[in-house]
Amino acid sequence: MLELVTISTLNGVLYGMLLFLMASGLTLIFSMMGVLNFAHASFYMLGAFFGFQISQILGFWPALVAAPVLVGGIGALVERYGLRHVHRHGPVAELLFTFGLAFVIQEIVQMIWGKGPADYRVPAALDFSAFTVFSTNYPAYKMFELLTAVAIFAVLFTVLTRTRVGLIIQASLTHSHMVAMLGHNVPRVFMLVFGVGTGLAAVAGVIAGPALVTQSNMAGALGPILFVVVVVGGLGSLAGAFLASLLIGLVQTFAVSVNVSVADVLGSIGVAAPAGGVLFDVWDVTVAQIAPIIPYLLLVLILIFRPTGLMGTREH
Amino acid sequence: MNSRLRVLFCAMATTVIAASPAAAQDAVKIAYIDPLSGGGASIGEVGLKTFQYLAEWTNAHGGIAGRKLEVVSYDNKLNAQETLVQLQKAIDSDIRFVTQGNGSAFAAAIEDFVTKYNERNPGKEVLYFNYAAVDPVLTNDKCSYWHFRWDANSDIKMTALTNYMKTRADIKKVYLINQDYSFGQSVRTEARKMLGAKRPDVEIVGDEVHPLLKVTDFSPYIAKIKASGADSVITGNWGQDFALLLKAAADAGLRVDWYTYYAGGTGGPTAIKQANLPDRVFQIGEGVSNEPYAPAQEFEKAFRARTGVTLFYPRAVNEIRMFVKAANEANSIEPTKIAAKLEGMKFTVYDGGEGVMRSDDHQFLQPMYIANLGPIGKDQPFEEENTGWGWKTMGKIDTKDAVVSTSCKMNRPS
Repeated sequence: MLELVTISTLNGVLYGMLLFLMASGLTLIFSMMGVLNFAHASFYMLGAFFGFQISQILGFWPALVAAPVLVGGIGALVERYGLRHVHRHGPVAELLFTFGLAFVIQEIVQMIWGKGPADYRVPAALDFSAFTVFSTNYPAYKMFELLTAVAIFAVLFTVLTRTRVGLIIQASLTHSHMVAMLGHNVPRVFMLVFGVGTGLAAVAGVIAGPALVTQSNMAGALGPILFVVVVVGGLGSLAGAFLASLLIGLVQTFAVSVNVSVADVLGSIGVAAPAGGVLFDVWDVTVAQIAPIIPYLLLVLILIFRPTGLMGTREH
Repeated sequence: MNSRLRVLFCAMATTVIAASPAAAQDAVKIAYIDPLSGGGASIGEVGLKTFQYLAEWTNAHGGIAGRKLEVVSYDNKLNAQETLVQLQKAIDSDIRFVTQGNGSAFAAAIEDFVTKYNERNPGKEVLYFNYAAVDPVLTNDKCSYWHFRWDANSDIKMTALTNYMKTRADIKKVYLINQDYSFGQSVRTEARKMLGAKRPDVEIVGDEVHPLLKVTDFSPYIAKIKASGADSVITGNWGQDFALLLKAAADAGLRVDWYTYYAGGTGGPTAIKQANLPDRVFQIGEGVSNEPYAPAQEFEKAFRARTGVTLFYPRAVNEIRMFVKAANEANSIEPTKIAAKLEGMKFTVYDGGEGVMRSDDHQFLQPMYIANLGPIGKDQPFEEENTGWGWKTMGKIDTKDAVVSTSCKMNRPS
């Protein structure tokens, strides 16, 4: 029992931090610009492929710096020459714009790197097991993921709440005219925020690429869960997203290890299994079987009972 | 007189045109209906390359009944509705032969459509060649005279796999992990049934299903496998569900043997190499690239040189070769005549050995191979996905030991 709890907690925290790593840029763009970026997972994918390509030539560490800078640059250009024009037509137009952008990026990636998976490996310097708990190894690379996620959270949180830059960024969203009057270039602030947000997506891509599968459909596979993180955490709350990532990681991991089904619960209090019908199929489904669906259930419940999310301050 | 002459002339001209060699040499077209965009595209593309190469190969080796063979591709986007739309499109452009493989649900839709279509349009029959959809029901309760399957169905694969596992005395505890849909479910039930019958001493210590292509982090599943004390895992997982499962196993340091259906699929060997599991991942299939059989090795070499991918579908080679043989023997490209020839046809398969297209249900019966992936030796010419690792045959199951009975009651055209 102790073994199961320890290992599940560790796995849950690691998975949660991976989720936060991927969702941090999305939260930043949403909370500071009010743009729900559907193409976020696509920038994550671009990051992974750029990271793969650059690491082939220069190695992993230069790639970890260069790929996010490149992708962030592309993000800034997209904001400057695309999103800024669409912005005038309201949030729905923005949403559709990023939705279309996701398809464009996917096609471009397929044209350049093909449809099969890329052979993107964990760098040799981190390819060893950091420690062993109950004879289960924990690779150093996962620790690296965890530390990066925590570092990103700390830096973003400090910049946004404790510095002048953060103050201007926050004010640009709510009082853009006033900020402009004070002599700040509000459109440029938005461009920077979008650039940094997509850059963070790329950081996640470079790091998660070797751990998961670097393939042209990786954006589609990941997109939905990131929105769950942002909504459950509270749209636009960085701390909320951090908390939600941990929560989802832990809930999902623990759920997988629970083999209890409806039959077990009701059986123990003396209710017999139904002979047929719809219930018969539901009867033997274990919690473990539906574990990966639980985050989406959480999404629905949060939207009904606490629409602002765990730590959100705004209605959406 | 003048007008009569003109009529005669016109009639002669028509006859000449109809009999001209150009008209007789129209290519035989086969429609390839599989995903070519979206999530399944990486798989569909490999299949398309295979069939295009096979058409080239056929045309370089005398063609089919004196004609050229041509592959026309249709994108079904892994969607049942779209599959039927594309099938109708193919039929509308006078294509009478269809091949598809990815997804038994779509295979069932095609089988059903073709059967009804042929009933209503006598003289315009369409044949469906299935190269990879393995749901047993397609050649059992739902069987059709117009459907021919070259891939071993999942029950046959499990029979062959368990016949091999029976000989491995070191297997004591087995864990089952599969995707939660019809195919994964059939793998787990058959594995339980057959292992129970052949190796009652083996304990099944876990039986897990997870949602299809939705899991990002497999480490909790690996923790459970580890806790169960299993020494072997049976999985029907494919695509990213296979790759991520193996990577998570490697991360956690889980050392077990993996018995799989689709380890050789696109990205599979890369994941096995990354997970550093030499000689521990087994695959059941109808062919092995490094099988020492000269004609197959020559073919594989030429195939790789031309397409840049591994021949993942030796069964597609059997399919096209038998199609050509049937057409040549019938000296016709009439689907009804070809179907009659294919039924019961005996054929020397791609990797050598005898196969037969069983008349009862149109399931092709063939020798099966168990292979595992590891660093290649000097007698193994082929590596996979530039990993330096290749497949090595661990066991061959003869045709007679890779047979399961069928419940098909075939409805034959009168």
